[in-house]
Amino acid sequence: MHGLINHTIQRFVLDSFGHRVWAQVALRADLCAVMGTADFEPMLTYDDAITPRVINRLSAVMKRAIPDLLEDLGAWLVSNPDREGVRRLLRFGGDDFEEFLHSLNDLPERATLAVEDLQLPQMEVAQLDDWRFTLTCRGKVQGFGYVMMGVMRVIADDYGTLALLDCKAAPPEGEVITVTIIDRHYAQGRSFDLGARG
Amino acid sequence: MHVIVQPCGRIRHVGPTIHKLRHRGTWIGSNFFDQFVMRRPNMADSIAQIRPMAGRKLHLALHDRPEQIFKGVLVPLPCGTEQMESSETDCLINLSFGISILNGVRTHRLSNADFAPTDLAVEMLYLMEAKSAAMAASRALNQKLEVAKIAAEEQAFTDTLTGLKNRRAMDHVLSRLIAGNKGFAVMQIDLDYFKAVNDSLGHAAGDHVLQTAARIMVEATRDIDTVARVGGDEFTLLLPGVAGSAHLAQVAERIITRLEQPIKFDGAACQISASIGSIWVKAGQDVVAEDVLSDADAALYRSKQAGRARHTVHGETVSDAMQKRREKPHALQ
Repeated sequence: MHGLINHTIQRFVLDSFGHRVWAQVALRADLCAVMGTADFEPMLTYDDAITPRVINRLSAVMKRAIPDLLEDLGAWLVSNPDREGVRRLLRFGGDDFEEFLHSLNDLPERATLAVEDLQLPQMEVAQLDDWRFTLTCRGKVQGFGYVMMGVMRVIADDYGTLALLDCKAAPPEGEVITVTIIDRHYAQGRSFDLGARG
Repeated sequence: MHVIVQPCGRIRHVGPTIHKLRHRGTWIGSNFFDQFVMRRPNMADSIAQIRPMAGRKLHLALHDRPEQIFKGVLVPLPCGTEQMESSETDCLINLSFGISILNGVRTHRLSNADFAPTDLAVEMLYLMEAKSAAMAASRALNQKLEVAKIAAEEQAFTDTLTGLKNRRAMDHVLSRLIAGNKGFAVMQIDLDYFKAVNDSLGHAAGDHVLQTAARIMVEATRDIDTVARVGGDEFTLLLPGVAGSAHLAQVAERIITRLEQPIKFDGAACQISASIGSIWVKAGQDVVAEDVLSDADAALYRSKQAGRARHTVHGETVSDAMQKRREKPHALQ
């Protein structure tokens, strides 16, 4: 698994729950024994088995369901001011929420363009009618759909769109999110400056 | 982004994105060449001059903001009537920011909607931003690794060029020998004429000579001895359990003789020698590392003063055997 993903999980835990929780998760997931450190480097690659183990231990330590935590992670990813870059990169996808949804088809490829060895799960967007879309996520690690659900909640808000989101596991490996747009111009969205200086 | 220009150079129409590039004044009716400076073809200032470039790449910049550059292509518009000469029709000049896209977008506050759906401008901006984020992460990791590398090197005991022990390791062994209270000897070795090799044949030759010298010293000593490279061409030997200075003379003689055999490198023969100073510390003698090393250095200095290529033991005169060595010219052959 790419270090960017593991590093993001670690930052999320540190930011949301603090150092003590991360120390417990790292201990229970045996990180030091496997990697020699409890810290993930964003530009290194780690064994695929580590990521689900960390998520499982986090769920045990926090006594919260995995889908719940993953959705929070997704929301944190695009609303945390330190992670402004992620929100910006997603907003390049389009001028309105629907354009953004369609652009998710390209997201894994875009990610690979930026970071060659970063492989995001496959994403497939389908438009059911004027108001309903589905996003199907399939990947090595289950649960990515829940992360995307958190991401989409924040981004919909960003565009000023009111939407209902519902995520269902779609075995063997993946999730299907149903997006129902209630009001395209529910609120004034946040402005997006293409050439803002980071 | 496009401009339609009449044969006389007057701008008849501009696309909405071009329109945004001017906050004041108007495009329509002004002269194209007052608004843009042609860079390719250089300094062209009439439609007649650029019309033959139709279909080929044009380079241009805004007249009053020359840092804002564009790529363009000219397309003559079809004739309105049969009688018109082709040189009398309007021209459409299609423009793009090319590589200066970021500058353009920032200066003129453009958005997705300002680019044609087929234009890759937004993808380009996306890539620029994603790449710089990825590069920043990479740089951070590199810096971390660099710091770790320096720390590891500081803790290392090996000289990477020769595979010998380094000064840190030597200091360690020396303090152990002193604490052990048994007799031992310290030998300081400076290569003679090494600088000449480095200067005339280059660093690669110099490195080869250092590696060969290191091998010679290891071969001339026992397994229990420590051979360390402590400076560019400076070596320190620690010889535990030495019974008398006669053994030192033997080792020194062996090393100097072997080092004086020309070392071949890339067809050239490098000729070096060595000046050696040593000190014999007897069992039970109360010494500190600093003094032991500086006494050995003093003996080394006497060897150098006496004409190099010889061995001196601290507290003794420059060794007879060495004094008898014939003075031979040391040069590169």
